[in-house]
Amino acid sequence: MAAIEIKNLWKEYGQDVVLERLNAKVEEGEFVTVVGASGCGKTTFLKMMLGTESPTRGQLLLDGKPIPDEPDETRGIVFQRYSVLPHLTAVENVMLAGELESSRWLGRVFGGKRRALREQAEEMLASVGLDQALGKYPHELSGGMQQRLALAQALIKKPRILLLDEPFGALDPGIRRDMHELVLDLWRKQDLTVFMITHDLAEGFFLGTRMWVFDKERLDPQTPGSYGARITYDLPVGNSDKGTLQSITQSVDSTARVLGA
Amino acid sequence: MKKLINRQAGPVGRWALGLLPFVILAVLYLVASDARLDANPNDKLLPSLSSFSDAIERMAFEPSKRSGEYTLLVDTLASLQRLGIGVAISALIGLVVGIATGSLPLFRAGISPLVTGMSLVPPLAILPILFIIFGLGELAKVMLIIIGITPFLIRDLQQRAEEIPTEQIIKMQTLGANTWQIITRLVWPQIMPRLLSSVRLSLGSAWLFLIAAEAIAATEGLGYRIFLVRRYLAMDVILPYVAWITFLAFALDFALKRYSQWRYPWFHGAQ
Repeated sequence: MAAIEIKNLWKEYGQDVVLERLNAKVEEGEFVTVVGASGCGKTTFLKMMLGTESPTRGQLLLDGKPIPDEPDETRGIVFQRYSVLPHLTAVENVMLAGELESSRWLGRVFGGKRRALREQAEEMLASVGLDQALGKYPHELSGGMQQRLALAQALIKKPRILLLDEPFGALDPGIRRDMHELVLDLWRKQDLTVFMITHDLAEGFFLGTRMWVFDKERLDPQTPGSYGARITYDLPVGNSDKGTLQSITQSVDSTARVLGA
Repeated sequence: MKKLINRQAGPVGRWALGLLPFVILAVLYLVASDARLDANPNDKLLPSLSSFSDAIERMAFEPSKRSGEYTLLVDTLASLQRLGIGVAISALIGLVVGIATGSLPLFRAGISPLVTGMSLVPPLAILPILFIIFGLGELAKVMLIIIGITPFLIRDLQQRAEEIPTEQIIKMQTLGANTWQIITRLVWPQIMPRLLSSVRLSLGSAWLFLIAAEAIAATEGLGYRIFLVRRYLAMDVILPYVAWITFLAFALDFALKRYSQWRYPWFHGAQ
């Protein structure tokens, strides 16, 4: 059974059609990057995966069942900003999931249990390269380190699906490359199923196993909202040539111009 | 020479510029006081420095002839107790209601209109009602402070709770948190430093309500004393009392600020 199954999915806000006739299957262990112009429903799609928005028509299935209509521990998330909790130190941020699970009322654990959680958290932080920053608050960390922390925090919960919402959009190019390597490494080692939203086409082209391009096939410049975006390309990563990248770039750019105008 | 808008004071210059207005005011007072006392040695409006020190000696360091107590000490303790109880209860109510309405939309829909309406009632206008209901004792004075600042605290904290990024609330849910855990592990800890800064802002009004209540019905207290000696035009007592109240207000504000910086480094570091 596919991990994620999308059956004739539509999302409309009143008159505006954001997404239309989405159909796809994603197997466990796939790494899907979602690219497209702003306004093409990438974020809306992510919100439906999270459960903060629900489809207008069609179905979005996780392991054969409709995806829960509120966020829960089956889907982990790393946002571009505000992903980690500013009032907790790095190691506390990572321990949080375990504390919440073992203490429904206090949300805190003590003694031996706490030591065990702390050990796990330290291990996880070491695997994302943050073993030197255990006791630091997020504001003392650089942007790249904060995103490493956010990854560690999400992964310790072992989510069924990991959602990444432009996680590296605010980072410097060099640091972004390091983060790509880190994400690929974690994905391989932990058998994750990943959806990553990005507006960087090149990023989508070499990261992961599969790239989706969200774009409007039909576009009325006077009323851009009358037709929704679809998955116009569904490409296995690594098998595409330069020509494809160029034609995708052109098509996405022209949509972006219309939507941005 | 740089444009005025680009010129900064050095460290010494900043102190000097900051002190200058105080010095000017002090000099102006002394000159005016001298001039009036020259014309009429019994003038009470602008007392000399020596009558101030006499008054301070009498109020603060000598037991009162009537009761054997140190008047300033008794007044200060009485006022601080009322202020402390009033502000603490208000902060507690503000925290609980503010968090509830700020993070739970259903609570917000139910309670917010009431709080908004209440906050528009001028508290001093219902002071007579408080005296009628709660009598002339301590309760009425504390209640005035509570009624005066609680609506502000609730609204401010509700807004602060709403400002917590949605991303973090979603994040908590993906880590398995239920509503109660989101409130206790995310909203409450993040609101606490903001509560302290709201309390600092509301202290000014709290003093106002305290002194107003004491002026009308009390047997001791800083506000009571000022209004009592007003009958004898005792500026030599009133002015030191005002200075003392100002100092107390400053010390409270300073202590809260320092405590917040020490206890919530992440809050002040991220700003």
